[in-house]
Amino acid sequence: MTWSIRTAFVGLAVAGALVLAPFSGAMAVELTMYYPVAVGGPLTKTVDGLVADFQKENPDIKVNAIYAGNYNDARIKALAALKSGQPAQLSVMFSIDIYELIEQDAIVAFDDIVTTDEDRAWLDKFFPSLMENGRTANKTWGIPFQRSTIVMYYNKDAFRDAGLDPNQPPATWDELVTMGQKLTKKQGNNVERWGVMIPSTGYPYWMFGALTMQNDQVLMNGDGNKTNFDAPATVEALSYWLDLGQKHSVMPSGTIEWGTLRQNFLEQKTAMMWHSTGNLTAVKKNAKFDFGVAMLPAKKRRGTPTGGGNFYIFKDSTDEEKQAALKLIKFLTQPERTAEWSIKTGYIGTRPDAYETPALLSYVKEFPPAAVARDQLEFATAELSTYQTGRVRKLLDDAIQAALTGSKSPKDALSGAQSEADRLLRSYR
Amino acid sequence: MSRQFSRDLGRGLEVAAAWLLALLWISPLLYAFWSAFHPAEYATHFELGAPLTLENFETAWSQAPFARYFLNTVLLVTLVLIAQFVLCTLAAFAFARFEFWGRNFAFALVLVQLMIMPEVLIVENYTTMSHLGLVDTILSIGLPYMASAFGIFLLRQTFKTIPKELDDAARVEGCSMMQILLKVYVPLARPTYLAYGLVSVSYHWNNFLWPLIITNSVTTRPLTVGLAIFGAPESGVDWSIITAATLLAVAPLLVAFLLFQRQFVQSFMHAGIK
Amino acid sequence: MRRVRSITPHVYGWLLLTPAAILLIAFTHYPTVATLVQSVFSKGTAIRPSAFVGLNNYRLLLEDTVFWKVLWNNVLFGIGTIPTSIALAILMAVWVNGKLPARALTRLAFFTPTILPMVAVANIWLFFYTPEIGLLDQIGRVFGFASHNWLGDPDTVLWCIVVMTVWKEAGFFMIFYLAALQSLPPELEEAGRLEGASRWYYFRRVAFPLLMPTTLFVSINAVINSFKLVDQLFILTKGGPDNASSLLLYYIYEVAFSFLDVPYAATLTMVLLSALAIIAVGQFVFMDKRIHYR
Repeated sequence: MTWSIRTAFVGLAVAGALVLAPFSGAMAVELTMYYPVAVGGPLTKTVDGLVADFQKENPDIKVNAIYAGNYNDARIKALAALKSGQPAQLSVMFSIDIYELIEQDAIVAFDDIVTTDEDRAWLDKFFPSLMENGRTANKTWGIPFQRSTIVMYYNKDAFRDAGLDPNQPPATWDELVTMGQKLTKKQGNNVERWGVMIPSTGYPYWMFGALTMQNDQVLMNGDGNKTNFDAPATVEALSYWLDLGQKHSVMPSGTIEWGTLRQNFLEQKTAMMWHSTGNLTAVKKNAKFDFGVAMLPAKKRRGTPTGGGNFYIFKDSTDEEKQAALKLIKFLTQPERTAEWSIKTGYIGTRPDAYETPALLSYVKEFPPAAVARDQLEFATAELSTYQTGRVRKLLDDAIQAALTGSKSPKDALSGAQSEADRLLRSYR
Repeated sequence: MSRQFSRDLGRGLEVAAAWLLALLWISPLLYAFWSAFHPAEYATHFELGAPLTLENFETAWSQAPFARYFLNTVLLVTLVLIAQFVLCTLAAFAFARFEFWGRNFAFALVLVQLMIMPEVLIVENYTTMSHLGLVDTILSIGLPYMASAFGIFLLRQTFKTIPKELDDAARVEGCSMMQILLKVYVPLARPTYLAYGLVSVSYHWNNFLWPLIITNSVTTRPLTVGLAIFGAPESGVDWSIITAATLLAVAPLLVAFLLFQRQFVQSFMHAGIK
Repeated sequence: MRRVRSITPHVYGWLLLTPAAILLIAFTHYPTVATLVQSVFSKGTAIRPSAFVGLNNYRLLLEDTVFWKVLWNNVLFGIGTIPTSIALAILMAVWVNGKLPARALTRLAFFTPTILPMVAVANIWLFFYTPEIGLLDQIGRVFGFASHNWLGDPDTVLWCIVVMTVWKEAGFFMIFYLAALQSLPPELEEAGRLEGASRWYYFRRVAFPLLMPTTLFVSINAVINSFKLVDQLFILTKGGPDNASSLLLYYIYEVAFSFLDVPYAATLTMVLLSALAIIAVGQFVFMDKRIHYR
């Protein structure tokens, strides 16, 4: 009997071992890089290609890329690997994870690794707005790589239909309302086409970051320990968002689903949508109408938060490995590689000189929407990121949704969120 | 005649109601078929003459490693099922046929798991798995479910209905304890194994929360988690491809159920799960 | 087998039980105790190690408005799903047990949701519920109803989740009732018919009481499910808007794996464990009084 039990357990162990594939190799330096994409997508091929190029140039460095799913998975997986002593030298992770990673003492600042003046100059080669989420406490912890922003997609046919100039999308909050009203088409009780939709599930805080920036207000300080949720300009921004639905009726009331919004736009149920630049390829492929991409409108100024992933280097690695990791990151962020990456993936080129490469110059010429995101970077700001970032973010998400669904006034919702955030962040000041 | 008429009418209404409910119940699957076999622009429009296509299946299949997810799920389900059968049989046999010290107490401790299922303890079990170094393995997905209180309870009930005379007779013939279990008890409990096996397979084929937490990579992720990541609304919902992927994922279970519908229900009857 | 004074049955009994016992202790009993221990510590990071904080997490829990909201949601979710899915399961079982035209097909339709993964069908339900382009709104438009934002309205979102869950569960419960109905002696119904009893009367006075053990078993399952089924939230709502559709287990998941606050997640888990314990005791008492197990 005991024998049969043992057989069963051995069987289980063998079955388990089947899926524990160990890494092995005898190279000079071996790097393990965690990367936040779902495996099998076109992105993995691009990353694999870039990594292969790097290894060709640097035969003494071997890179294992581990594709770990979405940003959340990548963070959990990389941190778990570090804890259990598995190798991990660098990773692309959510740019807003910076404080969590610092608090876990998991990453090193790039300032502490770079040795030459040339390297130090490299740190200043990126768009400043993309560096905001990677810098705190006077140090640079994250190098922008897989980055996006919010843009406004609009249906040019709908503009023509409403008697508007299809090449003059709304540039201000007031225009968004007036044009939205012209674009909203009703039949009896039913709205056939809405003027605009701004998604409020999934990443409400991100969309809201755009509205507040346009009202010349940032959501948090640079140390990640204080939020400005109850500032008058923040409240005003949320009131405007609410009014788009409630007062001006250019947007449905209640929350708008992030995931299905693109479908709504493609079905021409809304004339304009605010969404991530990441949707550009899919919209381009599926739109049965003439569409345009524009910068988000302005109140006091233009504005959008940046989004996406940064490179981080883990603390728990040898100096040699850190230098090799730095080499890899520098290689991947060269202007030519950045241009290639941007063209292939639709993500923003992270440095101005990438847009001066012949490849990106000609791409922008034949596909102007690619330039909109770049031009908007001038007005961009950091994505909401603080200590305890998951909690603080949810506080703001809940407040936004409470206001949009009418269960709280914008002012009450936001001051509630602010006092909760203060409670969480007090000990970090 | 009028009484006859009203009875017929009542009967007719009842049949209509049953059919309507059945239609409602099957409609998500019908929609999945519609959307998976038509081009994307018909995903939300229903037109009779819409062209048919297999392209969504090709896209879904090429965009995610579904073959690997299939393998993982099959490995997982098999592993769990075998372990459950072995562990639960031994434990149920102990409870049904041996009077040992602390039996009632031990049985009460087993029954605790009927209420406190592994889903409730995801946080601590994750910690345990990372201490054991098992995070992101197929073994770790199945481990918390292998000693199943439901399985032990069910088999114990079945074993208890088996007349003692049978195992006395076997003993007289010189069978050992394990031989009695394997030659007398297990064959007589076949319907229970079948019914329990079906429940277990469909449960673990569809289980999501724990595998989501404990797996991180393609080599371990079961279909459900792969499907959720693939169809996550974050990247924008594309119903044509998602429904195609869904159909791919459920096809084996669906076909098996179509083939074994009758046996399925009957095994439940015989197993005394009621 | 009763060999008094022999040590053999004790040894055999425990040997047979050991493998299952090890796993049960490791993944049910130990984590239950560990949850309790964890709940009196603070969240640890590399910079601030975890420390003993007594009942502080429980104090935070009492002040946590999100916790109270998800707890209340869970109560509503239970009230919405448990009786409805059981009643529908009985109705379905009676229908497919009787002389229904196209019976096999109907039974298949009722049972299909059981074998479809929740996360996969959640995407399909998302299509049903989505405003403007969704199926509900498309059908509504035919009858002249205005579009409704089903998942974006805090008043309807939880009920949308309830409907989907009932859809998923009822067919599974039906199987148990079907098996039970088929084991009832057919003479019973015949006798009832001869005495001129209506079908409703027969069901209410004869069949339903005999189905009581099944109802108990199914209702335990339904109660546990009402705490356990949160898969659909990952796709449909992520608990939103403003936690209007969030449930306790989903909140635990968020706290543990998004906020990385294991001690507070443990505190929330203690609430879930207590709720299950209370229900277990309640059902035990109820069962003792009302059910005559064979």
